[in-house]
Amino acid sequence: MVHIENLTFGYGAGGFRLRVPEFTLAEGERVAVVGPSGSGKTTLLNLIAGILTPEAGRIDVAGTEVSGLSDARRRRFRASRIGFVFQDFALLDYLSARQNICYPYRITPALTLDKEARERAESLAAACGIGDKLDRHPSELSQGEQQRVAICRALVTQPGLILSDEATGNLDPDSKARILDLLFEQAALAGAAVLAVTHDHELLPRFERVLDFAQFRAAPET
Amino acid sequence: MNALYLAFSYLRYHWGRSLVLVLVAALIMFVPVATQTLLSTSERALVARGEATPLLLGSRGSQLDLTMAALYFSEERPDPVAMRQVETVWDSGLGVPIPLHTAFSSSGFRIVGTTLDYFDFRDLSLESGRGLSLLGDAVIGAQVAEKLGKGVGDTLVSAPENLFDLDGVYPLEMPVVGVLAPTNTPDDQAIFVDIKTAWVIQGIGHGHENVVTAADVAAGTAALAEAAVVQYQRITEDNIESFHFHGSQDDFPASAVIIVPGDIRSGTILKGRYLDSESPTQLVEPAGVIQGLVDRIFRIKSLLDVVTAIIAVAAVAAVGLAVFLSYRLRAREITTAVKLGAQKGMVLRLLAAETVTLLCIAGSIAATGAAVVSRNAEAWVGWLLALGA
Repeated sequence: MVHIENLTFGYGAGGFRLRVPEFTLAEGERVAVVGPSGSGKTTLLNLIAGILTPEAGRIDVAGTEVSGLSDARRRRFRASRIGFVFQDFALLDYLSARQNICYPYRITPALTLDKEARERAESLAAACGIGDKLDRHPSELSQGEQQRVAICRALVTQPGLILSDEATGNLDPDSKARILDLLFEQAALAGAAVLAVTHDHELLPRFERVLDFAQFRAAPET
Repeated sequence: MNALYLAFSYLRYHWGRSLVLVLVAALIMFVPVATQTLLSTSERALVARGEATPLLLGSRGSQLDLTMAALYFSEERPDPVAMRQVETVWDSGLGVPIPLHTAFSSSGFRIVGTTLDYFDFRDLSLESGRGLSLLGDAVIGAQVAEKLGKGVGDTLVSAPENLFDLDGVYPLEMPVVGVLAPTNTPDDQAIFVDIKTAWVIQGIGHGHENVVTAADVAAGTAALAEAAVVQYQRITEDNIESFHFHGSQDDFPASAVIIVPGDIRSGTILKGRYLDSESPTQLVEPAGVIQGLVDRIFRIKSLLDVVTAIIAVAAVAAVGLAVFLSYRLRAREITTAVKLGAQKGMVLRLLAAETVTLLCIAGSIAATGAAVVSRNAEAWVGWLLALGA
């Protein structure tokens, strides 16, 4: 699903630099990304998603060289092929849970919010245990429920890849395992691979593989 | 559509803030337009009535007071001019004099004593009833009828001019014999009577055994302390013959006299006859007086325009700041949208849609308000001018 070769990225001269000689994520695989703060874990997710562009190297996602696409095409590719789950959920307070789940369809012309998409949103919500809370706004939901909404939003477009950036970071210990299991379960049903940044070592056994990021950080250029 | 959907959802969820912004924006758009509409209509109405009144004869004094009293039936009471002045104009053959007596009122509306020529001159038509024919008859303007709920067959009583009526001048009960069609001019707010009826109210003319006492009024329902207290005069078929006037009619008063000259030459001759500054009377051209007033008002208006512009700029800045802060509040949403794959154009549309939606709603409210003002401007201006009187 994801293949990286000789990736180099830096935040300006003297700034943080990231070098990834090679990394592969297979279809449906669940990989945890760990490492100290500032080691570039989130940067890697942004590079894979095409939010950032590498200085050198190649990033392929689902057979498409993301790093070679124009900005507009990268955005379209991201909207249709990649799902994002954020630590702070990033839900919109003025939209109901249902509207939040369908939000990608509202901001991406490449996606059409048809009956099928609406039904998929409802069945995802039901599978995540929030089927009866679809008309509530985020302020009326618990943190665990909000993250379930965020997971539904990441999966509703049927992406092949889920990028999770500290998705369980704001949850209590009991909820963390439940939410992660839920994410894996739904990703598996959709056949999506999961690349998840986490600081929580207790959750690592749930992943198929762990990528320790400390090895990728390079010394700043002078 | 999606951007508008999201914008509308955002505005609806934050409805309190949205309502304030919409109202402020609507007011910024509405107030200058409405003010301009009302002022333009006021100017037109003022100037039109002034231009429709060729010449005005009255006692020497404030030309503005004389004009306002004669054209707008204001509360100003210019010194009266003797009716012999009317006869003088008649005798000259240079124009038609129309005397006006505007000293009295009833239920807050001015009683205008005049002659039948006034109705022809102002092109007033009756909506119901008939014109003035008998002493004591009253024909009321459209707004008088509406506000007092009076119509043909009802009566009006003139307001007492002093508390004790020491000189024996009693209020007069006047039957309403006609109601005028609306004109959106001060005529709508006037009670028209024959000038002789006004003289009866003034006490210059009177009848005998024509008073209605408390006993008549009470008729078993109203209890007054003194049954002999006189309430008002009533002119009836039985007592109308007894009404008479003391003294010479040439000395009877009129508040002002509208003069309609036969032609331009006659008007010029008439104006020349009243140029003497020692004369107790003056002849004014209402159009010039009103234009002077309008010019003064609009000089003040230009100052108000500056104040309005400053306030508008401040209000626009405040709304702009509120919208900018809203964008800042939505920065997280924009970041999320970008990460989820929103195109640059979509992000701009998301931001613009909120402002556009706000402005559209505010514009609709302002346009509706402006349309209402525009549609009713003449009526409201008529009311405002009458209020000012």
